[in-house]
Amino acid sequence: MNQNFSSVAQSSSSVLATNKVLRNTYMLLSLTLLFSGLTAALSMALKMPPMTYLISVIGGMVIAMFVLPRFANSSAGIGIVFLITGLLGFGLGPVLTMYASLPNGGNIITLSLGGTGVIFMGLSAYALATKKDFSFLGGFLMVGFLLVLLAAVANIFLQIPAMSLMISAVVIMIMSGFILYDTSRIIHGGETNYVLATIGLYMTIFNIFISLLQILGIMGNDD
Amino acid sequence: MDWMQIVSALALVAFIVILLPSARYMIKNSPKGTSSDWMSFVIPIFAVIVFIALLIKLV
Repeated sequence: MNQNFSSVAQSSSSVLATNKVLRNTYMLLSLTLLFSGLTAALSMALKMPPMTYLISVIGGMVIAMFVLPRFANSSAGIGIVFLITGLLGFGLGPVLTMYASLPNGGNIITLSLGGTGVIFMGLSAYALATKKDFSFLGGFLMVGFLLVLLAAVANIFLQIPAMSLMISAVVIMIMSGFILYDTSRIIHGGETNYVLATIGLYMTIFNIFISLLQILGIMGNDD
Repeated sequence: MDWMQIVSALALVAFIVILLPSARYMIKNSPKGTSSDWMSFVIPIFAVIVFIALLIKLV
């Protein structure tokens, strides 16, 4: 009997811990997205040159891969997450300026933003509602991601528009898979650090937004 | 070919090289999914594809 009480208490404390990670992740994610929006607006106002995007993405990735893991368990980790997301948002400025200058630019940006939000919220709700364990996707998503990166390297030299469209579509599929995988990891206690969980989900949202912009930008300007 | 394309390509190659060890680890340690597991992945992804097609129609 005592054993039953103990296992119930353990399971409820684990559920509470999971809910706390989930709540903190979504809270930090909303704040970082808002902050990215502000730095993107600042970058647009300052009319930053196109190379800003490349420098910001490389800088953001280097900090995310080499600096963040060292500080993920301290309060400094939150500051570093804001630094990374602010930097990536700042890099988006010239990209948004370029799309805004297209005849249908405002519509493309609004649809990409709304579309990204719907995809993220829909997939998160699906993972939360089904409580399915998507850990089996790990290897598959990683191989897919590496292949799409190789294709992106090839297309830098080949410059084929259809291939670029295909790469963007595949990136959205893979990032959608990562949303399911990351959310399921939080639900099942595989990720207990909300700083790392936030940056993972932020990267998926960032990639989906950029890829949607590219797809809608190409498809919306065929006339 | 301008310097931005070369830097982009180099950054992507470096990213692939850095990701390789964790990719190998994930491939080795991922549990195998059943057909029902894969269906629960394919259905939402299909919904995403339909949604993107709708966005393309709207733009």
